[in-house]
Amino acid sequence: MAFTLPPLPYDYTTLEPHIDARTMEIHHTKHHQTYVTNLNAAISKFPELNGLGLVGLNKAAGTEKIPKDIATAIRNHGGGHYNHSLFWKVMTGPTDSNGPSADLKAAIDSAFGSFEAFKEKFNAAATTRFGSGWAWLVVQEDGKLAVTSTANQDNPLQMAIVDTPGIPILGLDVWEHAYYLKYQASRPGYISAWWNVAPKREATDPVVT
Amino acid sequence: MALRGASTGQLARSLRAAWGQQQSRALVTQSLPDLPYDYSELEPVICAEIMELHHKKHHQTYVTALNATAEKFAEADYKGDIATMIALQSALKFNRGGHVNHSIFWTNLVPPKDFEPPSGELLKAIESNFGSLDNMISIFSPKTAAVQGSGWGWLGYSKDSGKLVLETTANQDPLSTKGLVPLLGVDVWEHAYYLQYKNVRPEYLKNIWKIVNWKNVAERLEAAK
Repeated sequence: MAFTLPPLPYDYTTLEPHIDARTMEIHHTKHHQTYVTNLNAAISKFPELNGLGLVGLNKAAGTEKIPKDIATAIRNHGGGHYNHSLFWKVMTGPTDSNGPSADLKAAIDSAFGSFEAFKEKFNAAATTRFGSGWAWLVVQEDGKLAVTSTANQDNPLQMAIVDTPGIPILGLDVWEHAYYLKYQASRPGYISAWWNVAPKREATDPVVT
Repeated sequence: MALRGASTGQLARSLRAAWGQQQSRALVTQSLPDLPYDYSELEPVICAEIMELHHKKHHQTYVTALNATAEKFAEADYKGDIATMIALQSALKFNRGGHVNHSIFWTNLVPPKDFEPPSGELLKAIESNFGSLDNMISIFSPKTAAVQGSGWGWLGYSKDSGKLVLETTANQDPLSTKGLVPLLGVDVWEHAYYLQYKNVRPEYLKNIWKIVNWKNVAERLEAAK
C-alpha cells in the first residue's frame, strides 16, 4: 500500500497574493512529491511497516521499530510527507472563512493569554529556526498547547527525536523553498503574510492517513 | 604610561583603563567582503539576481548579526555572565560560520571565461586521493546533493593525514568542526540556487564545476600544508 501525493484542497492560485501560485505548484508537485516517492522507496524494502501508517511511522522515527537501514529515510521522507500533508490542510484562501475555531481560540487564549501573544511566540519560533525547518503549534501529552520548532523535516510526532513532542495542530514550513521565489531573503515577510491564509477554521484535527 | 611614583589610586585607575582597553581591542568588527567579480559575471551558471541577494542580503545579514552577537558576548564576558555567554554560543556559531563560509565561497568561484582546470600540486593531490578530477566530482556532487535541509559540500584538507577529504556540514557549521581545512565549499542552502534551479539541486551541482576557481583552491591547499 504505497503512499500517494494528496491533492491540494484548492488551486495553486488560491493563496495569492500571500503565497504565489508558482511556489505552490513547485512545492506540491516537486518537493512534496519527492518525499512521497522516496518514502515509498524506503518502505518497499520493509513492507511490514506499511501497517503503521504515516502517523505511526513518524511516531516510530528514531526508535528500534524502524530498521537501521531506512532510519534516516523514514525520518526525512516520512517527516516530509506528513509535514506537507498537514501544511496544505491548515491553509485556505484569504477570502474564505478563516482564523481559528472558537474551541481553538479559547484553548490558545488560555495557554498563551491571547491569540496575539500566541502569534508572537509562533512567529519567533519560525523566524529563529536556523536553516531549514518548521514552526508548530502542538497539543502535548498532558493536553497543554505549546509552540515549538523543528529542524529539516523533523516533526513533533517524532517523540524520540524532538525536544517538544506533541500532536501538531498548525505547522509552518520555513524551508527557503516555501517562500524564496516571492519573498527572497525576507522570511519575516513570508511569516507575516502566512496568517492571511492560515489557520483554516476546520483544520484543528491532526492529519491522519 | 608612567607608573613609577604614581599613587595607589592612580595605579588602580590606570590598570582598570588598560584592562578596559584590552577588552575593546579584543572585539574586531567584521565586514562584508567585496566580490572579486560583478554580480552578473558568473552567468549563466549562477544568475546575477542570486549573486546580488546572496551577497547583499544573506551574507550581509550574517555579518550584521555576528557583530551584534560578538558585542553581547564580549559584554557578558566582561561582566562574568557565563549563562549569557553559553546562551550566545549557537548564534556565534551560526553567524560567524555563515560569514566564514561565504567569504571562502566567493573566492572559490571565477567567471566562466576565466575558468582554468586544476594543475600542478593540486591536480597531483586530487589524482592521488581520488584517481581523477572526474572521479572526485562523481563523489562530491551526489554527497552534497544529499545534504538534508541547509548546508555545504566541501573539499577539505586534513593536516593530520595530509589527505584531501570530501565532507558536508549542516547549516553554517564551518568545516573546522570536522577537523579539516576548507579548500572548496559549495553552498547548498536553497537560497544559493533556488531562483534559477528551483528544486533541481543536482543541476546546480552539475554546473558549478564550470566556475570553480581552482587557482584559489590550490592557494588554500598550499597555505594549509
